[in-house]
Amino acid sequence: MNPLIPLFVVIPLAGAFLIMIIGRFIEEFNKYFTSLVLLFLTCISFYFLFITGENIFVYKVGGWEPINSVPIGIYMVMDGFTVIVVCIINLIGFLSAIYSISYIKRYTAGNYFYALFCLMIGGMNGVVLSGDLFNIFVFLEISVISSYALVAFGVESNELEASFKYQILGGLASFLILFGIGFIYWETKTLNIADIKQAFSSGYNKTTYLFIQILILSGFGLKAAIIPFHAWLPDAHSSAPSPISAMLSGIFIKAVGIYVIIRLFFNMFAVSEGMAVLITTLGTISMVIGVFLAIGQWDIKRLLAYHSISQMGYVVMSVGIGMILLSRGAKSEIVSLAIAGGLFHLINHAAFKGLLFLNAGAIEYTTGTRNLKEMGGLAKSMPVTSATSFIASMSISGVPPFNGFFSKLIIIIAAIMAKFYLLAALAVLVSIITLASFLKFQRYAFFNKSANPKNQNIREVPFPMVFSMVILSIICILLSLLVIPEIRHTILSPAIDVLTDHLKYSNSILVQ
Amino acid sequence: MIAYIMCFILFLVGLYGVITRRNLVKIAVSLSIMEISTFLFFALVGYIDGGVAPIVDPANPAKIYVDPLPQALVLTAIVIGLATTAMLMAVIIRLYRKYGTFDIREIKNLRG
Repeated sequence: MNPLIPLFVVIPLAGAFLIMIIGRFIEEFNKYFTSLVLLFLTCISFYFLFITGENIFVYKVGGWEPINSVPIGIYMVMDGFTVIVVCIINLIGFLSAIYSISYIKRYTAGNYFYALFCLMIGGMNGVVLSGDLFNIFVFLEISVISSYALVAFGVESNELEASFKYQILGGLASFLILFGIGFIYWETKTLNIADIKQAFSSGYNKTTYLFIQILILSGFGLKAAIIPFHAWLPDAHSSAPSPISAMLSGIFIKAVGIYVIIRLFFNMFAVSEGMAVLITTLGTISMVIGVFLAIGQWDIKRLLAYHSISQMGYVVMSVGIGMILLSRGAKSEIVSLAIAGGLFHLINHAAFKGLLFLNAGAIEYTTGTRNLKEMGGLAKSMPVTSATSFIASMSISGVPPFNGFFSKLIIIIAAIMAKFYLLAALAVLVSIITLASFLKFQRYAFFNKSANPKNQNIREVPFPMVFSMVILSIICILLSLLVIPEIRHTILSPAIDVLTDHLKYSNSILVQ
Repeated sequence: MIAYIMCFILFLVGLYGVITRRNLVKIAVSLSIMEISTFLFFALVGYIDGGVAPIVDPANPAKIYVDPLPQALVLTAIVIGLATTAMLMAVIIRLYRKYGTFDIREIKNLRG
């Protein structure tokens, strides 16, 4: 039992509470306190990154030990895959909090903003760390409700409309998930993921099993905005304040959507070929359609939001290829290469999409518009924003030597080695269209001559915003080091082992 | 079995309402109907025919008890449902102040 694990949930929740009480009396308390909280969480998440390795840490809330080896308490689990996601949640959260110090001056009610921010972080950490299904649902609702409020934070008509759409579809997703959990409980009489795995492996009703899988996939697919379920994402992500957009696009859809799908379909359900093909197809469709929807956008944040759908498609497709191979019992090197590509791209996407949304926020902060046609010539007046967004654009469109290139390369190599030539070709094609779309963004925002007289006397954004953007762009470059096999081995291999070895997760949790 | 089917029909009624209604408040009400059907399903999962309330009776330990866990889950889920409904209603009131209507066909700034 590692006593540090529950801190990931407790500290942000307590922080939200304290901000609402103390922030009322002390001005500026909220800003620095939130940054401090997130800095502390980032430190302990990186500490876990170093000590976790192949271990699986379990924390039993309240100290309820299993009786007759049946788990009865709430389990929090930290393993190789969890720790990666926890690291990116807290790191991007920390940088967004720093960025907000200046950005939030546009809005009133800073206390509410920071309290919701902490709640969202706490909820996401809870989803990722939770070892049983119902707690995943509870923490998911904590983070999702605070994100509804944050999307509507501007309380203008667009923000409210986006939040309404998001709430209707999010509510639908929550009930699908809850229905799925109900069916799982009906079948197995337990809620612990490891225990459910054991119960399923000793036999199940095939029709119910398939129905549960469909319910869970569509519920979390709605949260992750995979293509047939994507309608809310561009509205919600483009209407939120920019640091929140960076959080939503950079980590939220991963933590509550992709992470849970990967975790449940590898470690709870038995990997079956039919489901794997379905997941791969959904991933490919979102990858291709997302980029085509993005290309016609002139609103920067909508453009970035559609690219999120497309890039998440890469992750889902790559992990899906791994699942197909795993269900066929293919060679384990190709399986781990495909999953490594997916996880690597997931980490990279958090860095560069977070950075791009922060850049978009900086542009909106100075020029007051999100329309690409009204910008231009910002390269001279905003050199840091221009340089960092150039790095991020090249990363997302897969230009060497930035991180996006290497993860896409691994995905494409894995697809070719698995003999999915069509998927490899589509991945290359989508990457090229992404490049075209981001060249348009660069040209219209930074390099064109400005037709707008208002853009003449623009200055660079304040220091906290510059700080976050520079740190994230350094991370973007440093992450390409993950392509070196030794480094990749130490960071990604524990995650891949947990996912591919289908009994390791449940066995090692149940013995503890 | 008939109870389960009724519960599923209730879910579909809610879904129909969410898809076809044009009034924001009615959509919210339909969403609540779906929510209630999910809670009902949980309560049914825990029910055992002829079971009594799960308070252990030392005099007669062989009694059949209903499963208490789904009831605890439903209580949690009801609280969450309260929060989502309150949030939704708050946004609907704000939307009404902005647009002066509850009709969803007139609230469509975001396209494409």
